[in-house]
Amino acid sequence: MAGAQERVLRRRIGSTQNMKKITRAMELIAATRVAKAQARAAEARPYAERITGVIADLAAGGAEVNHPLLAQVDDPAKIAVVVIAADRGLAGAFNSAVIKAAEREVAAARSENRDYALVTVGRKPADYFRFRNYPIEAEFSGFSDKPTFEDAAAVAARVSDLFTNGGCERILLVYTRFISMGSQEPVVRRFLPLESAETMATAGESGATAGFEFEPGAAQVLEALLPRYVEARLFAAMLDSAASEHASRQRAMKSATDNAEELITTLTRKINQVRQDAITTEIMEIIGGAEALSEDRGDPEDLLLDHLFSDPFPKHTGAHVRHVLGHDSY
Amino acid sequence: MSLSVELVSPERVAFSGGAEMVVCRTTAGDIAFQAGHIPFIGVLQTHPVKVIGEDGETLIAVHQGFVEVSPPDAEGVTHITVLSDVAELADSIDVDRASAAKERAEEALRADSEDPEALSALQRAEVRLSVAEAA
Repeated sequence: MAGAQERVLRRRIGSTQNMKKITRAMELIAATRVAKAQARAAEARPYAERITGVIADLAAGGAEVNHPLLAQVDDPAKIAVVVIAADRGLAGAFNSAVIKAAEREVAAARSENRDYALVTVGRKPADYFRFRNYPIEAEFSGFSDKPTFEDAAAVAARVSDLFTNGGCERILLVYTRFISMGSQEPVVRRFLPLESAETMATAGESGATAGFEFEPGAAQVLEALLPRYVEARLFAAMLDSAASEHASRQRAMKSATDNAEELITTLTRKINQVRQDAITTEIMEIIGGAEALSEDRGDPEDLLLDHLFSDPFPKHTGAHVRHVLGHDSY
Repeated sequence: MSLSVELVSPERVAFSGGAEMVVCRTTAGDIAFQAGHIPFIGVLQTHPVKVIGEDGETLIAVHQGFVEVSPPDAEGVTHITVLSDVAELADSIDVDRASAAKERAEEALRADSEDPEALSALQRAEVRLSVAEAA
C-alpha cells in the first residue's frame, strides 16, 4: 500500500534527522577539543625545545656518556612497536590508518625473523590486535583524547624498561602527526635507542660554544636528562595524536552530517513523490468510478468534465461531485 | 645586563619574567644566579626555587629537574631555564591535598623509615606546603 511506504519513509527521515543532530553535536564538540588539544601541544613545546637545547649544550660542553638508552644495535633481534591511537571510534580512518602502519611494521619484523612486542596506547588498537591474537606486551588506555604528562611518563617508563631490560633492541613509535586541521598523517618514528647526543645537538639550537659548568658533572646531568627527554618525546607524540584524533573526528562527523542532510533531501523528495502518486491513483479511481456512474445514467456524452466546466456545483447532481472533491458535505 | 627566567614544566610554562636573582638547590647544594653568571647546567633537588625580582620574591615548588644558565645573548640578557616535571606557583597548590599527602607519607615512614617512595612523597608535600605558606 502507498500509505505504508509513506509511513516507512517518514520514519526513516525521522531517524536520519536524529542521527544528524548527534553527528552535528559530535562535530561541534570535536571542533572545540581540537583547539584545546592544539593549545596543549603548543604549551608542551617549550619544554621539549628546552630539553633538546640543554642536550645540545651538553654535547657542546663535551659530555660523553654510555647511557643504556643510547645503546645502538645495527641488527636488532627483537623490536617493540608502540602504537598510539584513540580510545573511541567515529573518527574516520584515524584509528585504522595508525593500526595499519603498525601492522606493516610487525609484518616487516616477522619477515626478517625478528621477534616483536606490541605496546598499545588507546583502546582501539588494543582491541584490534587482541582480536587478531597478536601478543600484546602492555596496554594503556583511558586518556587518548586528553593525555597528561603523568600518562606519558607511565608509558615511557614501561617502554624504557622494555628497551633496557626486556630485550627489545629497537623501539618504534607509530602515531598520527598533526600537520594542520585538514591534514594528519600516520608516521613511524624510531623512538629508542636515542640518537647520540651529537645528532640531537644538531637538531636543537646549540647555545654557544661557551664552556658550561656542570653540577654534579656533565655525564650525570645527561644521565638524569635522557629519561626526561624520552618522556617529553612520548608526551609530544601523544598530544599530536590527541589533536589529530579530534580533527579526524570533526571531519568524519562533518561529512556524516552532510550525508544525513543529503539523505533527508532525497527521502523528502521520495516521500513527496509517493504521496503525489497516491493522490493521482486515488483521483484516477474516483474519476473511473464517476464515469461508471454517469454511464449508468445512459448518456455517454454526459462526462464528469462537462459538469466541471459548466456548473461545478449543480444541486440536483450533487452526489458524484461531492465524491470528486472528497467531501461528505458542504 | 639583565636576567630573564623561565620555569617550564611539560604541560606549560609555569613562570616567565625578569628577575634580579634566582636561588635554587642542586644536588650539590644551594646556588644563586645573577645576570652575567657563567653558563651552567645543574640537576635540581625537590626544593622551592626562589625568584627574586624588583617587586619581591616568588617561590615556586619544583620537583627535581634541571636548571640551565645560558650565555648572555646579543642584548646581554642572561636566560635561566628551569625544566621540571612539576613546577607550581603558590596559587596553583592545593594545600589540603599536600597536607593529606604529607600525613600519608609520614604514616608510611612510621611503618618503614627507609621507604624511598614515601620519603620523596614527604619531600614533595613539604616543598608544596612551604611554597604555599610563604605566599
